[in-house]
Amino acid sequence: MINGISINMYLLLSTVLFIIGAIGVMARRNTIILFMCIELMLNAVNLLLVAFSTLHNDTAGQVFVFFIMAVAAAEVAVGLAILSMIYRNLKSIDSDLLSELKN
Amino acid sequence: MLGYTITQWVFGILSFMAIMFALMVVFSRNPVNSVLYLVLTFFCIAGHYLIMNAQFLAVVHIAVYAGAIMVLFLFVIMLMNLNQDTEPQKTMISKIIAGVIGGLLLLVLVGALKGTDQLTTIQSGASKIGLVGNLGKVLFREFLFPFEIVSILLLSALVGAILIGKKDVK
Repeated sequence: MINGISINMYLLLSTVLFIIGAIGVMARRNTIILFMCIELMLNAVNLLLVAFSTLHNDTAGQVFVFFIMAVAAAEVAVGLAILSMIYRNLKSIDSDLLSELKN
Repeated sequence: MLGYTITQWVFGILSFMAIMFALMVVFSRNPVNSVLYLVLTFFCIAGHYLIMNAQFLAVVHIAVYAGAIMVLFLFVIMLMNLNQDTEPQKTMISKIIAGVIGGLLLLVLVGALKGTDQLTTIQSGASKIGLVGNLGKVLFREFLFPFEIVSILLLSALVGAILIGKKDVK
């Protein structure tokens, strides 16, 4: 229990948020929205890490979340740079057009 | 109030809002609206951090995600001049398949997590570990080396982003 809230509720909430992100990645073709759904999935996991860190009174979980945020910031910076480069060459950010990378 | 404490009410409302806004991120047609809904989702998650007394993370979360990353997303979207008309759409059948796969995944995960009632719980009470002082001590003692590595990671991401974004690399 965290302040009267069962850890199961947090498990359920972050599972639902993660699944929404996963559905977004599968159902959308706009690459920027794909990126946002990945952020959503990362945040679901962060939420669960903080919940368990509070539950077990262990600081390591929250420090991990801090590091995950730093990695996510780096990922977004590089990813959006790649996206704007793709947009400059293809004039579109449709994820299906990226299959051109195969050849 | 109906046998629930204030914290439980706040948790329920924040969870409901987070899930609704997350759904709006996925289903809204305009990318700018998606970004704004994602910011609202992040505010709800920051509220959850505050419930768990993780104050440092709540503030960092708002500053980094809502303040920096989402603004970056908005910049890129406005740079590309995306709107509803240019939005690529998947076919209906692949959307339905995505929904079914997601639903099945949710079913499996919830089924797997159902048996966690007997989890050994450690009563924390009003936890103090999320405060800045505590977290700072741990961060700069036990995790000093990873902390420095992260700074190198951010520097390399900075250089990489500039290098990729350049028009012509000599």
